[in-house]
Amino acid sequence: MNPFDELSVEESVRIRERKSAPGGVEDICVLSAGPPKAQDVLRTAMAMGADRAIHVEVKEGEDLEPLTVAKLLKAAAEQQKSNLVILGKQSIDDDANQTGQMLAGLLGWPQATQASKVEFGEGDTVSVTREVDGGVETVRAKLPMVITTDLRLNEPRYASLPNIMKAKKKPLEKKTLADFGITADKRLKVLKVTEPPARQGGGKVEDVDGLISKLKELGAL
Amino acid sequence: MLSAGRRAFSALARPTLRNATSPALARSPAALRRLLSALAILEQRDGKLNTGSLSAVSAARKLGGSVHGFIAGSNIKPVAAEAAKVDGLEKVIAVENGAYDKGLPENYAPLLVENIKKGGYTHVIAGNTAFGKNVMPRVAALLDSQQISDITAIQDDKTFVRPIYAGNAIATVESSDPIKVITVRGTAFPAAEIGSGTAAVEDGVDPKVDSPTEWVSEDLARSDRPDLATASKVVSGGRGLKSKEDFDRIMLPLADALGAAVGASRAAVDSGYADNSLQVGQTGKVVAPQLYMAVGISGAIQHLAGMKDSKVIAAINKDADAPIFQVADVGLVGDLFEKVPELTEKLNKA
Repeated sequence: MNPFDELSVEESVRIRERKSAPGGVEDICVLSAGPPKAQDVLRTAMAMGADRAIHVEVKEGEDLEPLTVAKLLKAAAEQQKSNLVILGKQSIDDDANQTGQMLAGLLGWPQATQASKVEFGEGDTVSVTREVDGGVETVRAKLPMVITTDLRLNEPRYASLPNIMKAKKKPLEKKTLADFGITADKRLKVLKVTEPPARQGGGKVEDVDGLISKLKELGAL
Repeated sequence: MLSAGRRAFSALARPTLRNATSPALARSPAALRRLLSALAILEQRDGKLNTGSLSAVSAARKLGGSVHGFIAGSNIKPVAAEAAKVDGLEKVIAVENGAYDKGLPENYAPLLVENIKKGGYTHVIAGNTAFGKNVMPRVAALLDSQQISDITAIQDDKTFVRPIYAGNAIATVESSDPIKVITVRGTAFPAAEIGSGTAAVEDGVDPKVDSPTEWVSEDLARSDRPDLATASKVVSGGRGLKSKEDFDRIMLPLADALGAAVGASRAAVDSGYADNSLQVGQTGKVVAPQLYMAVGISGAIQHLAGMKDSKVIAAINKDADAPIFQVADVGLVGDLFEKVPELTEKLNKA
């Protein structure tokens, strides 16, 4: 599971466990679009405390772009009547950092990205502390809303063996993109993927004087 | 006055574009006639132009078409006048409304969309800053465009280069969207200079969408040291510093001796040695200073993602096998609690 998504699952479960949302959490549904092995990720999420899962099957090697995932999630959130969608701030493969914002835009919902703290108040209000350049800022909105998680939000739990066993019995619904009226067309064509130029270490020096003279030689001092 | 097409052509002939191989632009005169026009999103805070956001202008200029700047907020006139001096800007679109001061995406995104549609822009570019990351994907979704995040190079008007997998791979992607929404990595596009430009300042359209989100407060780390993202020298501390007290005692004098910004590894931030906003790496800041000095940092790939484009990397670590030494131009194996104070003292004497 993408590490930021672990934070999302953990936060959902904590909101329920700590009864921090007035009215409680009725249902935690996790969704993943990908090849069959995405089901392992969904089982892990259910072992952490999610109630049920939806697997949107996508052919192996057919990656969806963030805009497509956002459209899928919009359809799913409406279909499942969700009023809070929590996503990771970015995936650590594509590093795009887009899906949550796109989803909020498509739904017309408030967004709070890069959350390091989520607090519920009266009347469905949610205050979110966000990590920004140079520090943090706090914004407040009413449900329904979209939150994306940052590293400092929480410490995800490990799934215990009994919970892993229980997760096997939790419902996992299989769907296709067509069930949500989505096609996997692509706007970006990857022309090539290359390795970045390798950096060669320049070796070591014996002492601080050596360090200073080498830095001078390199023009860094 | 030059026609837009000729402007595009003369821009192409500029030597600055020598390195940007742009076969599509060079090959097809039709591409020139298709009037490239880019909107660069400029940020302001408390009535001051955020010069970091001027990377968007540099990137937009590489496209070779006309470049307009966009700015919004309260008391915007003086900021717009400053922006008008930025080299390479033909026009500055300004929207005067305090509702945009905090850059809330719920009203800022519709604001941009209206102005993008009105101006008929083919490219919309912002820095990959906290603001850019928050607002631009929402703009892209409203325009039904697949954003291209954190680009490091422009090949032609539709082909862009961006790092993936924490910078361990470099992807070249071609966009088929009519409006390209792009965020740029600041370290790859040096900020355009506030020079002697004389761009016209024009009022933009203001759809005045209410934001359902309310800005409550902020807590920004104040520092007299250079800004981490744009500093020419960075000293960065890791887990090896052992405590916040030691971090401050060892790293801050070194930073001051060098005139450097202070950074930190995730381990140091998670342990509370340094503020979150100082984190360098895949999930923190990406820096590319003249000198990056890593102190007590092992060099995990997530950290390297944030600093491996630095011109010179120096490392001080007691573990001679630490991966940081594989990328460091100069490495010193030793106890940082002895070596760094010695280094600081010698730098201060010099």
